[in-house]
Amino acid sequence: MNFTLKIWRQRDAKSQGAFETYKVTDISADTSFLEMMDILNNNLIHEGKEPVAFDHDCREGICGMCSMHINGHAHGPSQAVTTCQMYMRKFKDGSTIVIEPWRSAAFPVIRDLVVDRGAYDKILQAGGFISVRTNSVPDGNAIPIPKKDADESMDAAACVGCGACAATCKNGSAMLFVAARVSSLAKLPQGKVEGARRAKAMVAKMDELGFGNCTNTGACQAQCPKSISIAHIARLNREFLCAKLQD
Amino acid sequence: MAYTLDAKIPAGELSQKWSNHKAAIKVVSPANKRKLDIIVVGTGLGGASAAASLGELGYNVKIFCISDSPRRAHSIAAQGGINAAKNYQNDNDSIYRLFYDTIKGGDYRAREANVYRLAEVSNLIIDQCVAQGVPFAREYGGLLANRSFGGAQVSRTFYARGQTGQQLLLGAYSVLNKEIAAGTVKSYPRHEMLDVVIENGEACGIIARNLVTGEIERHGAHAVVIATGGYGNVFFLSTNAMASNGSAAFQCYRKGAGFANPCFTQIHPTCIPVHGTQQSKLTLMSESLRNDGRIWVPKKMEDVEALRAGKKLPSEIAEEDRDYYLERRYPAFGNLVPRDVASRAAKERCDAGFGVNETGLAVFLDFKTAIERLGKETIKQRYGNLFDMYEEITDVNPYEQPMQIFPAVHYTMGGIWVDYNLMTTIPGLYAIGEANFSDHGANRLGASALMQGLADGYFVLPYTIGDYLSKKIQAPKVKTDTAAFDEAEAGVRARIERLFAIKGNQSVDDIHKRLGLIMWDNVGMARTKESLERAIVEIQALRKEFYADLKLVGTADSFNVELEKALRLEDFLELGELMARDALNREESCGGHFRSEHQTPDGEADRDDENFSYAAVWEYKGIDNVPEMTKEVLDYEFIKRAKRNYKD
Amino acid sequence: MGCFLTNSSVGKKLVMSISGCFLVLFILFHMSMNLTMLFSREGYNLICEFLGANWYALAGTALLAAGVAVHFIYAFILTLDNYRARGKQRYAVTVQEKGVSWASKNMLVLGIIVILGLGLHLVHFWSKMQLTEILGHHTFELELNGATENISVANGALLMAYTFSNPINLALYLVWFVALWFHLTHGVWSMFQTVGWANDTWYPRLKCIANIVATLIFLGFAVVAVMCYINSEAYIAEALELQLLAY
Repeated sequence: MNFTLKIWRQRDAKSQGAFETYKVTDISADTSFLEMMDILNNNLIHEGKEPVAFDHDCREGICGMCSMHINGHAHGPSQAVTTCQMYMRKFKDGSTIVIEPWRSAAFPVIRDLVVDRGAYDKILQAGGFISVRTNSVPDGNAIPIPKKDADESMDAAACVGCGACAATCKNGSAMLFVAARVSSLAKLPQGKVEGARRAKAMVAKMDELGFGNCTNTGACQAQCPKSISIAHIARLNREFLCAKLQD
Repeated sequence: MAYTLDAKIPAGELSQKWSNHKAAIKVVSPANKRKLDIIVVGTGLGGASAAASLGELGYNVKIFCISDSPRRAHSIAAQGGINAAKNYQNDNDSIYRLFYDTIKGGDYRAREANVYRLAEVSNLIIDQCVAQGVPFAREYGGLLANRSFGGAQVSRTFYARGQTGQQLLLGAYSVLNKEIAAGTVKSYPRHEMLDVVIENGEACGIIARNLVTGEIERHGAHAVVIATGGYGNVFFLSTNAMASNGSAAFQCYRKGAGFANPCFTQIHPTCIPVHGTQQSKLTLMSESLRNDGRIWVPKKMEDVEALRAGKKLPSEIAEEDRDYYLERRYPAFGNLVPRDVASRAAKERCDAGFGVNETGLAVFLDFKTAIERLGKETIKQRYGNLFDMYEEITDVNPYEQPMQIFPAVHYTMGGIWVDYNLMTTIPGLYAIGEANFSDHGANRLGASALMQGLADGYFVLPYTIGDYLSKKIQAPKVKTDTAAFDEAEAGVRARIERLFAIKGNQSVDDIHKRLGLIMWDNVGMARTKESLERAIVEIQALRKEFYADLKLVGTADSFNVELEKALRLEDFLELGELMARDALNREESCGGHFRSEHQTPDGEADRDDENFSYAAVWEYKGIDNVPEMTKEVLDYEFIKRAKRNYKD
Repeated sequence: MGCFLTNSSVGKKLVMSISGCFLVLFILFHMSMNLTMLFSREGYNLICEFLGANWYALAGTALLAAGVAVHFIYAFILTLDNYRARGKQRYAVTVQEKGVSWASKNMLVLGIIVILGLGLHLVHFWSKMQLTEILGHHTFELELNGATENISVANGALLMAYTFSNPINLALYLVWFVALWFHLTHGVWSMFQTVGWANDTWYPRLKCIANIVATLIFLGFAVVAVMCYINSEAYIAEALELQLLAY
């Protein structure tokens, strides 16, 4: 298969970026999208040009590092996968593929397709945890948790923190990410203890970092590689509003 | 000068060793902890849990990771589960049984005392993680669920769907975040350690490169903890993440830390087979699949040929024409034999010509029986995400046709030598998790890597490091303007300049792929004296080529992934040779290390306890010099060693 | 407590939700009032008279105006925030994600059409009826069949039939109702989501309710407007007669 690639190139956060066009040829349909990028990069190196910088690591859809906006879709046109789990058989031979970095004020571009997602870490640092000390905990089976609750908690905990939700949202809102963490812990008895504090602190941090406001379009859920439901956003809203009304 | 190795194993009854040791080692008062700095390199399960626990205790901790967030560490990709001796299933599990299974699984090449401690704290890990909000699978009664893993006859594996590593890491990362928020831990993401600084024989800091700006930074501390995982990527193709590397550990080795059993590599039996030359990594299919999946190849060569020619679908091959070779060879454990055994058995069948794909390097993992017995829904519930992932990659629906699998490099049991306190041969330098060599012997059992990473980080290191730091309470802040730091930084800068100055024709990946092939062909699943000697020669030649013909683009003072990769490959080129040397030295077969010269008549590993009951600890002697080996003899005080038997 | 309604994203959304809910209820009320027109012009005028410039009607109007203003001002604040959060550099390629409604991504545009329609509506009706009464008059002037007539401020039936006798007005109002329909298909379920009363089981139900409410409102208003257009002559004659009887 052959492809024309229009890729965003940007030297660093301060520089102006622009699209550049490249061609790749003889790509097997079984090649993954990132392997196709590897091939392009190896060609560029042999031409003495700097390769396209892009984030990637585990290449099995769990680390959340890869982050491309491909033909208008976060993580490309396939549903419920990360960029690294997409294969070239999903694209039409001979087509042009437009590749952009995440675009969100809270995710500044570091280089080419690499963005700084440190804001997500900061939100979690604001309260995305249960304050337990090592070794001062009860037995694992001391608190029975209904299977349904554990499953629902796990649904939310599947978030890989890739940033697709905020990158895709027309409002640049990080609500799905924040909701996934708040909701996952809110479904567990251990997490309820600090539930109110957590919801307030994380929402406040999210607002402070310049993410937008959720308008319930559901685009995040459609592009989330883990298909995390906006029902978790409803739970976050509930947790937050109940907490505020008790203040 | 050879090492004088003191593993500092406490005296006394096996079950009392850890308690006695804890009682005997020194502690640091809260007021003094505030004055002490610790650097933790790596933020996987070991690093994150250690940094969080040390921060909680009141030390000043700095953490370094190469990715954009601590949460990306490759522990996140562990799928199947974590072992603990809870005996929640009432199947007669116990600390002793977990200890015994782990020692036996490791083919009697691990330290008894370390492994017992690991089994002992395993239960605490589960409690800890539950309290952090890790959503482990539950039964309808609300209690924790378990499943079985290879090498065990009890169900002791706790899991969170097929994402256990992710959930455990997010748990550790969450408590790490708590400490970052509290100010006890300072995080340095996108930073790579390029050297460890030693002053007066003690570790006192690191040199790190800021991967965004290219700046070379100095960081001083009273102790340095290496938690940077394994070096499986020396094979280029492995289940490790693309950025996983052995460099931090290798810098420690260069600076004098002993490197133990480098040849002990785990080849995981259930990975998706290689599909072409453009592949960048191999994808693991969780070992948990072997709970319900049955592994087979056709009995008849004509079926194999029909499969390869695409004339027959695997589902069309009759039951009596299938060779469920694991069940045939190992009736007692069946499909749940340890990984090394399963991998070699697959290789044996493929070598005999029964490989089921075009390359002849694949066997089937079939869920037909399980789907008939349990129904598609149950299988979907258990493995749905894995099945989806498989279909996404291969375009084959595993509910209808069996999966194709083949062994791939997965984990390295070898690593930096540490004593019972997890301290390396350099005082003040610690190694935890996969980066050290200690607990898995020659083969790691499934669901034990997560256990070890968290055991080291939460429950061992935070105590044992105090013993060393108690001597440092009078020490001032480590100064980073000393000669030792100057020299280390100059060394790093020189290394980088040297690579840019080569201006050759081959990219990092070009050379890395060739190294991978040399390693896989000669230092892979089956090794011989000839293959290992060949590997050493070829790697040395390739290394020369690297220094003569590397093409490195970009600049040192900017975001430059190629430079990062080149530095890591430079270390792999030495590490690969070290692995071959270690494998050559070990004239026996044990666990993941299989020397074709040393096998029993029925093709099992032929261990030689008389001559090789030791950990081989290597000391660096310069890039082109042969390293020196010191033996840490393994005393088996409590377990009677036997030939591993998974047949009955 | 008050401050989270102005300084937090979820709080601001709560204000949108509650003000939106209030407006929906008002619209439903207005619609049912309009429907009277179809059955009895006299009845409709009785309602108009009842809702003249009495204290309760004035209070209701003020509250309504406040509701509209709050909803509108918050919409602008949120949109401005969101625009900023999206960042300076926009995507070159964007797509409509699967399962994401067009309305949800264009609420502001739809809202502006609704507001413009409201302006027109105020000029056509409110300025002649309640405003005239507030200013102390009891009649307004209307050009009917070439002659200027003094019409009672309570003769809503006449004014409505008169307004919709003009096909341009009818068309403008229908556009307005369509915009309102789109706005409500998203707005109605969205207000439940924002206060946290939603989950995966209820999304299909809530969206169904939203569609029903939006469609009812559309039909309720559109039917009256169309019927007024069709029967304008008869209705005007009837309404003039009613006025003669009353005064």
